[in-house]
Amino acid sequence: MSGEENSFAEPWQAQAFALALALQDKGLVSPGEWAAALGRERARVGVAADGSDYYHGVVAALEALLAEKGLADHARLAELAAAWHRAARATPHGAPILLENDPVGQHG
Amino acid sequence: MAHDHPHDNDLDPMTARVRALETVLAEKGLIDPAAVDAIVETYEHKVGPKNGARVVAKAWADPAFADWLRSDATAAIASLGFTGRQGEHMQAVFNSADTHNLVVCTLCSCYPWSVLGLPPVWYKSPPYRSRAVIDPRGVLEEFGLRLPGETAIRVWDSTAELRYLVVPQRPSGTQGWAEEALAGLVTRDSMIGTGLALAPEAAS
Repeated sequence: MSGEENSFAEPWQAQAFALALALQDKGLVSPGEWAAALGRERARVGVAADGSDYYHGVVAALEALLAEKGLADHARLAELAAAWHRAARATPHGAPILLENDPVGQHG
Repeated sequence: MAHDHPHDNDLDPMTARVRALETVLAEKGLIDPAAVDAIVETYEHKVGPKNGARVVAKAWADPAFADWLRSDATAAIASLGFTGRQGEHMQAVFNSADTHNLVVCTLCSCYPWSVLGLPPVWYKSPPYRSRAVIDPRGVLEEFGLRLPGETAIRVWDSTAELRYLVVPQRPSGTQGWAEEALAGLVTRDSMIGTGLALAPEAAS
């Protein structure tokens, strides 16, 4: 059975996929809404012909849905992503990367 | 901020974006991180085309189950313990000498997760999504599947609410085989329609 290509290539892909399902499990996003949001991302010009950027579309669709629903706008998400980068750089090698490690702090 | 230690840790941009999403959703109490981990675990290790292969093998071996699968695939599949997450409906489409079935999702990548696990990369690619509808015979040839000219190809476009499972034709030379052995002949691609079930000699 040729199953090797249908697992996740990187952990963030699995996390993003699971977030999308978790939101649907909670009823916060309907399956139809999700398919439409993901379909919009996958229909953009410039998507890779080999499907390799599929999970980039999943992340973009999640971001768009959160913004649409007023849960988090792009600025807030960008700020948090930057905080995660700072936290990672401030975390000694070998220790788990936690958001609390962000030297700029304040994410409650 | 200057630090003395070398900056040997960083996150790649996609990881940081996903962590930002997770952080927001967890802060608002909209997701439970443990539930998210459980979903990852399920899709990485528990569901996959082996589930679908069991469904197909049972349909080959048990005509009553095949009838049930034909009339109410959602219930017949659920009887084996495989249920969709959001209760999406399943329809089983049976290949015959006259008709070959092919599944696609032209919108995004709707896929029968509960029986096939995660879709392969090509299933999510724009060329497959558009060409499966326009030129299914050409697409199948690219998969190495050349069907007789008289075999009709029927294309099924999945949606968020309805997912399709192709039941390939049972290979000849498998009379009397047990379900478990039959399941070994059922490939993922044969249940999407881009392949056929394996011949008995290819199984071992």
